Amino acid sequence: MSRVPGAALVTGRFHRRSRPRVLLATSCLVAAALLTPLAFLLIEAHGAGTGAVVRLIFRSLTASLLWNTVRLTIVVTALCAVIGTLAAWCVECTDLPLRRMWAVLVVVPFAIPDFVVSFGWASLTTWIQGFRGAVVVMTLAVYPLVYLPVAASLRSADPGQEEVARSLGAGRLKTFFRVTIGQARGAILGGCLLVSLVILAEYGAFEIVGYQTFTTEIFTEFDSFNVQAAAALSLVLVVLGVIVLVGDGWARGNTRVARSGALAQRARKTHRLGRAKAGVLLGFLLLVGLALGVPVGSSIYWMLEGGAHAFAGVSLLDAAGDTAAYSASAAAVATLMALPVSLLVTRHPTRFGRLLERSTFLVLAMPGIVIAFALSYFSLRYGGGSFYQTAPLLIAAYAIMFFPLALVGVRASVAYAPVALEEAGRSLGQRRLAVLRRVTLPLVGPGLMAAFCLVFLATATELTATLILIPDNVQTLATQFWAYQTALSYGQAAPFALVMIGIAAVPSYVLGRFFDRRPSQRAVAR
Amino acid sequence: MTSTRRRRCPGGRWRLGQLWRARRLWLAAALLGGLLTACGTAGGGSDTITIYNGQHPQTTDALVAAFERATGIHVLVHNGEDDYSLADSVILEGSHSPADVIFTENSPPLEYLQEKGLLAHVDPATLANTPARFDSPIGDWVGVSARVSVLIYNPSLISKSQLPTSVLQLAEPQYRGKLAFAPGETDFQPIVTSVEHTDGEAATLNWLNGIKANSAGHRYADNEGISSAVNSGAVAFGVVNQYYWYRLRAEIGAGSMHSEISYFAAGDPGYVIDVSGAAVLRSSRHPAAAQRFLAFITSSAGQEIIAHSTSFEYPIASGVTTVQSEAPFNELHPNGITIEQLGDGLEAQDLLQRVELL
Repeated sequence: MSRVPGAALVTGRFHRRSRPRVLLATSCLVAAALLTPLAFLLIEAHGAGTGAVVRLIFRSLTASLLWNTVRLTIVVTALCAVIGTLAAWCVECTDLPLRRMWAVLVVVPFAIPDFVVSFGWASLTTWIQGFRGAVVVMTLAVYPLVYLPVAASLRSADPGQEEVARSLGAGRLKTFFRVTIGQARGAILGGCLLVSLVILAEYGAFEIVGYQTFTTEIFTEFDSFNVQAAAALSLVLVVLGVIVLVGDGWARGNTRVARSGALAQRARKTHRLGRAKAGVLLGFLLLVGLALGVPVGSSIYWMLEGGAHAFAGVSLLDAAGDTAAYSASAAAVATLMALPVSLLVTRHPTRFGRLLERSTFLVLAMPGIVIAFALSYFSLRYGGGSFYQTAPLLIAAYAIMFFPLALVGVRASVAYAPVALEEAGRSLGQRRLAVLRRVTLPLVGPGLMAAFCLVFLATATELTATLILIPDNVQTLATQFWAYQTALSYGQAAPFALVMIGIAAVPSYVLGRFFDRRPSQRAVAR
Repeated sequence: MTSTRRRRCPGGRWRLGQLWRARRLWLAAALLGGLLTACGTAGGGSDTITIYNGQHPQTTDALVAAFERATGIHVLVHNGEDDYSLADSVILEGSHSPADVIFTENSPPLEYLQEKGLLAHVDPATLANTPARFDSPIGDWVGVSARVSVLIYNPSLISKSQLPTSVLQLAEPQYRGKLAFAPGETDFQPIVTSVEHTDGEAATLNWLNGIKANSAGHRYADNEGISSAVNSGAVAFGVVNQYYWYRLRAEIGAGSMHSEISYFAAGDPGYVIDVSGAAVLRSSRHPAAAQRFLAFITSSAGQEIIAHSTSFEYPIASGVTTVQSEAPFNELHPNGITIEQLGDGLEAQDLLQRVELL
């Protein structure tokens, strides 16, 4: 401690550019908020005592859960990578007929709650059970998480590289795998990261197809007074999440995708599908039919077939209104939270900033029930129960749960807002906040919209945290669907599923259109 | 930016005109939605009670509506995922709990909260509505309705004559791959307790290991999962409470039913009555109104609602019997295990955990 306080300020490392003090502080605050669930887990696991935790973790059930969880994660992630990348390539780089329609339709399945997908399949066929059922249901529900970033990346990729590869004598296949896939590699990995983390925390879908993973076991423990045991198991899940994150960082390595500047953007030559056209169209029909047709179809079937005698819950309109209000608020909060973190890592890249950013992804691997209990715990223990079971705490829980989705969208767009423009603004005498408002925000606006939509979609269908934190006498579409479904009133549950899909289809459409635009268009949209 | 800027209007809501000028209209509108929702959900007055509901929502909703009409007391219902997560919440909340009443599907969670000293005594007049054998042994909760455990089976996969007549036979190797099982289902834990009460710990562990082997590949989250899996033909049979089958039939119509139910032999340890009950929390700030709710749901008016409900539960208080077409409650031949012997269910959970079903 021999250094003079403040000495760091005059060293070149910090002096090169004005130090982003506000940015750093707000980012740290955001990261701290996102790590509260982890703090809760550590407190609870500590309360259980080391002996009990060790006994719970090191038993053969853990091994079988681990095997179930890991093999499912690997298979579904791989399938999503293939389906998402191929679909994105066909939509973005070929002369696929009706490509604008497909660009929206292939995104909508993300808007269908996993438990509705599961329910749709399970009520249709007994084939969808266990591992096989979990693979089918999850792949169809989450492949858009790969499709979206890959489509965006293919759109903005430099077409010159493919042409160079071809001119140097590389065949079409070789060019595709070495250049096209190479250019989209970051986006594919980013999508896979989201998919793996989402699978780790999934519950509703597996409950219906009868497949046990760590998360279903965590729910069982929560349901048998074993909060501490649940916390211990959740820590294993967090470790799995860390492994996925490290693996992702390792797979990315230090590769950078070179391109010749945004201004050199030009139209990509579309590949002719030729005789493969019919096959590709059939593939798209199959994908959309399975991912979208089955849940929508079975919902309509049950609505028409089911008896209407059971019970009246809240009206469809009330539930839809509350769901939309909560989702929009949560999406706005999460997007705002993602802004400082994105600016920090793209504008002031440091190892610390990067670590901070990566750490926020961990929250995606934690089941909703853990996040709900964590916020309840802190609100009750240190807040005297204020905000408990009120809209603000529920919205905070949503914003925390789905922050990584917002981050993905915001980060991508912040990267498109050149610092030079801001510096020009500063040099013209504008204050920092004015620059943020007048230069940065308009540039990243469309990206913020995309982030908003992603979080909106995820929130509109959230169930497990909602059940704990929801204000009394309020029902969201998801909780009301669930209430009817557990009462076996499929006929009454179905309209709620359809409205949920309907509400979520709007942001899906916006998302599909946004990721379908050229980057140059995106950057000068305002 | 000008002097017209005001933070809040007197009503505590944001002024629309002010927001209209904001550049990010959609963002502001979204935030407004959240804030209005937040303002709209402020806690109720003294004539409002909050119920933590682990019962099926349709049963509770019907009772609550009639109670509100009869008393003018407003009721807020918080539906939990199940009894246990509600009990977890009550324990976590402690003295801050917003709940006045907890209404559960099964007795063990109530017994557990009672042991923790979190429940208030129920008015003696209310306790008298229900036969004492269906109430808390020390009077901290009151029994409201009951169900009985049965076998649900798919006749195209297993014939009635092949079905077990005792729950102990579930562990026999002949049922490998045929048995559906929900280890976390709160309705099954009383059966584990009952088997342990009859046969002791070692035999129960053996029995559970047999069930574990037989149900591999057919584990579900709850009775609803078992019922629809058996009905759709995914698995041959399982143990559920009788009302799931009746509800499924009411929902999808007798023509679409591919399953039947069958009872265990009289007095079998698997032939168990599950009692649903309600209690007033010690931390309740409206104990008088909360006690009135308990009195109402066990009165003949409340019990008639259960008797006519398509929830197919048995009313057990004030002499009311079900009007639904199912085996009458007094013609059942359940095992003699008492509420007190069923206890808080922790031992059953420990056994399930030891064979690693939990």
